[in-house]
Amino acid sequence: MDKDKYLLQMKNVVKNFPGVKALKGVDFNVEYGEIHALIGENGAGKSTLMKCLLGIYPPTLGDIYFQGRLIENYTTADALNMGISMIHQELNPILYRSLMENVWLGREPLNKFGFIDHKKMYDMTKELFERIEFKEDPMTLAANLTVAKQQLLEIAKAVSYDAKLIIMDEPTSALPGKEVEQLFKIMRMLKKQGKSIIYISHKLDEILEITDKVTVLRDGEFIGTDNTENMDIDKIIKMMVGRDIGEIFQKTPCEIGDSFLEVKNLSKDKFFKDVSFTVKRGEIFGIAGLVGSGRTEIIESIFGIRSYDSGEIIINGEKVVINSPTQAIEKRMAFLTEDRRMTGIFPMLDVEFNITLANIVKYQNKYKLLNYKCLKEDCNKFIDAIRIKTPSPKHKIENLSGGNQQKVLVAKWLLTQPDILFLDEPTRGIDVGAKSEIHKLISMLAGQGKCIIMVSSELPEVMGMSDRIMVVHEGRVTGILKNNENVTQELLMQYATGTNETLSMSE
Amino acid sequence: MSEDNGTVDTNIKIEKTQYLLKKYGIVLVLILLIIVISILSPTFLTPNNIFNVLTQVSIFGIMSLGMTLVITSRGIELSVGSVLALSGVLAASFGQLATATDKFYPNLGALPIIIPIVVALLVGVICGGINGLLIAKTGIPAFIATLGMQTIARGLALIYTGGKPISNLTPQLKFFGGKVFGVIPVPVIIYTIVIIITWILLNNTRFGKNVYAIGGNINAAQVSGVNVSKNLVMIYAYCGLLAGLAAIVFAGRTGSVHPGAAVGYESTAIAATTIGGTSHSGGISTIWGAVIGALILGVLRNGLTLLGVPAYWQQVTEGVIIVVAVVIDMRKNSKKR
Repeated sequence: MDKDKYLLQMKNVVKNFPGVKALKGVDFNVEYGEIHALIGENGAGKSTLMKCLLGIYPPTLGDIYFQGRLIENYTTADALNMGISMIHQELNPILYRSLMENVWLGREPLNKFGFIDHKKMYDMTKELFERIEFKEDPMTLAANLTVAKQQLLEIAKAVSYDAKLIIMDEPTSALPGKEVEQLFKIMRMLKKQGKSIIYISHKLDEILEITDKVTVLRDGEFIGTDNTENMDIDKIIKMMVGRDIGEIFQKTPCEIGDSFLEVKNLSKDKFFKDVSFTVKRGEIFGIAGLVGSGRTEIIESIFGIRSYDSGEIIINGEKVVINSPTQAIEKRMAFLTEDRRMTGIFPMLDVEFNITLANIVKYQNKYKLLNYKCLKEDCNKFIDAIRIKTPSPKHKIENLSGGNQQKVLVAKWLLTQPDILFLDEPTRGIDVGAKSEIHKLISMLAGQGKCIIMVSSELPEVMGMSDRIMVVHEGRVTGILKNNENVTQELLMQYATGTNETLSMSE
Repeated sequence: MSEDNGTVDTNIKIEKTQYLLKKYGIVLVLILLIIVISILSPTFLTPNNIFNVLTQVSIFGIMSLGMTLVITSRGIELSVGSVLALSGVLAASFGQLATATDKFYPNLGALPIIIPIVVALLVGVICGGINGLLIAKTGIPAFIATLGMQTIARGLALIYTGGKPISNLTPQLKFFGGKVFGVIPVPVIIYTIVIIITWILLNNTRFGKNVYAIGGNINAAQVSGVNVSKNLVMIYAYCGLLAGLAAIVFAGRTGSVHPGAAVGYESTAIAATTIGGTSHSGGISTIWGAVIGALILGVLRNGLTLLGVPAYWQQVTEGVIIVVAVVIDMRKNSKKR
């Protein structure tokens, strides 16, 4: 009976990576003609689950049934042929090719001489577009489409594969309101045609509007599945959070000094608007918000990695203009970036290089040559002080663990003796032990009177470490809260999802 | 327990040997090459021939040092051969004998030697600087920028000279291709000095660290406060400067500079750098590697000639060696699969 009811059944799926249990026995069932929301915080295991489903890697344990048949050992191409399609968050159409070429890429219809039959391709595309009410000429270049229409192109592609199950990953994150409606219309139509959709989104109001069922994951665990009609936002948030805050290292109380960094009405066109806050010496200022809320963009603009359109930055009472990280470092700022591999480490270079680069000026003697003795001393001092586990300072950084790489980056910035320290996801992807060591370090730095601005997706981390918490939702500050026992994960989540704005600006 | 330690020790020993082999394997190749060639050809190890090889190596060796900086920053420089020709003809036109019948500037007397030298270096720096500016400010790939400069510089050299070589150079200029104390070739001395300077530049200055940072991870470099544009200009300007310096040596050695000279020298410089272990994915290089790379190419060319291998086959051999060197290099630097 079950077999007839469900298009997809994932039973007790476990996925282990070296040292990490990403999925701890997840059940996930999708019925025919159903729109099913899959939600959870970052790192809850949504993408891992979808990757297992798509055949990107196999689950460690557990069975996957599709149309009642057990499927195993398949590739993404097999999944596509079975009728499982994914529309990724980052769309990547081939911009300067026509829509029809995009749709039939790699399986172009051929004529009897083995050449591409453009006429047939055109007709097939036209018919396809009509089916999903996508009003574009198949000869249009993909580059001319709006993001919303590129989304539709992806859907068309999925339909062309005769997809029975379409996975949408944050499809509305880049869409303006009107186009969201158009997308929903098409989703409903697909549903009527008996197709099922897995809908991954952070936007809870949309989930309530469009989906039939909701499944919540947290820390790789299956929390529950329920009909959307039985749910409300509070209930969903409760299921999403509820992690134990006790495991997180708490900031050691220290004396909070005068206001040091002041940001006034900072705006950058689509990214954030009218952001204002001040940070005092000795304070840890947490910034919370969902992915794409603009939290990273705000601090990157202050540090000169990005530009801003308007607003003021004031350090210690003095208005400053910062156009590049070089200038920011001169103003005694430091920035631990979110993406360690992309903007943090120099992977093939050694630990010593990685620690000293940002501060290399300090080691120049009067002939502008580097004083290696000093440099090595400082390096060893930091390796000992914050216990970086490396066989030697000459070891390639890419061979260290994530936690130790992160410590190297922290050391690099500490060496510049900053007054203001930006930390973007300081403990992402590192193990528990290293995590608490980094937290101790952050707390110690605040104790030395530095201003610390910490962005984190992990609410327990923000709540454990921060003196005050700023919450950002779609580029706007929805609240700056003094951190005390009244601040709960549920409350922060309400601000972060924009569902609670009446309470905003309590300081 | 002790047995465990024993196996661990052997493992470490094996690892260490492998590490040394990886790191210094290229030296081994050079030594093997020298042994094989000297067995096959007795003339190879005569002092005369050795100095001959070293002199030949010097010109592209000097260029390959600049190339090392460029490739370390994850770039490429295709114009050094043409820039050598342009710098060379300009320098030569100011460095002719007063009595020469084919004077480029008939009314010009003999100028002090400093003039042609400054001209050559300046032309090199300007061409390189333009390359760097283009790459840094417009973001076009180094391949395209320097490919453009390759044609432009060659064209300018031909325009300037009307396609004719400039000869009858002064003895002062020829000194740079000559010998001191009757034995030691001046090009070798210059090469040695440039090796030391470049080594210090790359290892002991902030600029050198920035070169590695840009090649290692340009985004991280930017975040760490490296002024990427300024450093890119400096990197290509230095590479151009060394092309200008190579032009002086070239002029001194040949006694005349043709606007069509030094075609393909960029390939040789790139080859020497690459054989020496500089990674085209950026961030990895050593100066001594570039020197060994240049020596391997020099010894190989000389050896093949001594052994009577036809010139065309020498080119084929050289090409094969370059490709093999890169394949080995990539396997060395890629993660263990």
